[in-house]
Amino acid sequence: MFEATALNRRNARRQKLFRLGLGAMTGLLILPVALILGTLIYKGAPVISFEFLFSSPTNGMTAGGIFPALLGTVLLVVVALLASVPLGVAAAIYLSEYAPDNWFTRAINLAIINLAGVPSIVHALFGVGAFVIFFRFGTSILAASLTLAIMTLPVVIVATRESLQAVPMAFREACWNMGATRWQTIRRVVLPNAITGILTGVILEVSRTAGETAPIMFTGAAFFLPLLPQSVFDQTMALSLHLFVVSTQVPGMPEQLPFGVALVLISMVLLMNSLSIALRMYLRGKKKW
Amino acid sequence: MVKLGVRDLVIRYGGAMALEGVSFDVNENEIFGIIGPANAGKTSFLKAVNRMDLFDPAMHVDGEITFNGVDVHKVRNVYGLRRRIGVVFPLPVGLPLSIYDNVALAPRLAGVKARAELDVIVERCLQRAALWDEVKDRLDSLGSMLSGGQQQRLTIARALSQEPELLMLDEFSIAVDPVTTMRIEDVLKELKREVTIILVTNLVQQARRLADRTAFFLDGRCVEVAETERLFTGEVTDPRTRDYVEGRFG
Repeated sequence: MFEATALNRRNARRQKLFRLGLGAMTGLLILPVALILGTLIYKGAPVISFEFLFSSPTNGMTAGGIFPALLGTVLLVVVALLASVPLGVAAAIYLSEYAPDNWFTRAINLAIINLAGVPSIVHALFGVGAFVIFFRFGTSILAASLTLAIMTLPVVIVATRESLQAVPMAFREACWNMGATRWQTIRRVVLPNAITGILTGVILEVSRTAGETAPIMFTGAAFFLPLLPQSVFDQTMALSLHLFVVSTQVPGMPEQLPFGVALVLISMVLLMNSLSIALRMYLRGKKKW
Repeated sequence: MVKLGVRDLVIRYGGAMALEGVSFDVNENEIFGIIGPANAGKTSFLKAVNRMDLFDPAMHVDGEITFNGVDVHKVRNVYGLRRRIGVVFPLPVGLPLSIYDNVALAPRLAGVKARAELDVIVERCLQRAALWDEVKDRLDSLGSMLSGGQQQRLTIARALSQEPELLMLDEFSIAVDPVTTMRIEDVLKELKREVTIILVTNLVQQARRLADRTAFFLDGRCVEVAETERLFTGEVTDPRTRDYVEGRFG
């Protein structure tokens, strides 16, 4: 009764073939990641030490550590977040919860999508024109961070809007029917259920911001500085630019050093990404509806 | 005494007519049933009473709805109006808050802060919704994790926590098992003494069991309003009503 016909057998064979083929393609995806990480760890790990992380470069950057660049990247990311998160989250709440569906809202949404598509070098030049020159911030942490903030704003807005819209409409309607205002509804029901999603988006944005080079190289990141920045109006070194500099601009660079810098940078990004993934898993576990 | 007066009510969504020229009165402390097939305009009517048209730009309401003699379209404080009207939806919406917080939400929105006061309200409302005994030991667990029937009683408790003068139930039993439905129906019969109830239902027999008077909506019109028994004993004049209650269409 259940004997396989020729057709059954052919289908089973085909199914095996496709599973193998599709699996192999997926396997190929891992290859570049594994190669990059493997090379970096193999060549970079020997350089990494407590001293490498926490001392300044010496001998024309061919020796010593990367502390000013590491600190600079952290500063740039933090200041950029301070600007982009409040602005982005506020805009997303407005767009998702208040904005009427009309041509103006649609135009704003289109603008956000376009902003996300602007190449980072264009953002960099905009940053020079707007923050460095027009607002007279000079080449500084502030100018560079604001440039980064504008660049990552669409990501924050889209991530926030999506987590807000993942909260079922029925929850809002139930609240409104009870006599809650829109804001009371957002504050008590929508935001508490969207907050983990928003955080996930923000962390992903951090990892992207940390690696950017173009937007900061004209606006506030310096080739080399003997002193650490004292305020947001000072220039700073940054890991991404430092990597570019030690890989291509300095003669007589020990071969291992750029790999070490790259390893630190990528570890930062991966750490952030894993944090984001962990948060998302936690969120799924706590899903309340 | 008339609790809710409806005069020449017209509801449109964009160009589409949902309700056309409806007029009737709902008296205080009665259960007023609204029956009718899908797309008859029953839910739209409830939305108009609670001024939910303010949240739906496509929804246009004309005509007059008076609550306690006041035109709801002239009420400035719509939040105050909505607080006096409790609504229960077809699908139970347990908010993703604890059971306690679900019931305490409306009092909190209205400014009640004292824990002792909230405790009293929560217990009383859960009692009245016939849910207290099942959840009193786990008030901190999530309301949205209760079973469907329990969630629906939770939403009734939540609606009661507003201390409403009018309770509107929109097909509350479609996601609830028959036993729970009967329990909720008993609750409603009790509640009638304190609040006015509008019961929208697609179960003709449920209207017969509960409603003092019943309106029959069909295709956006109110065909008939009569004492419920008269709809079933064939005393009513309109043949469409008779066909519907006898199950010949709909």
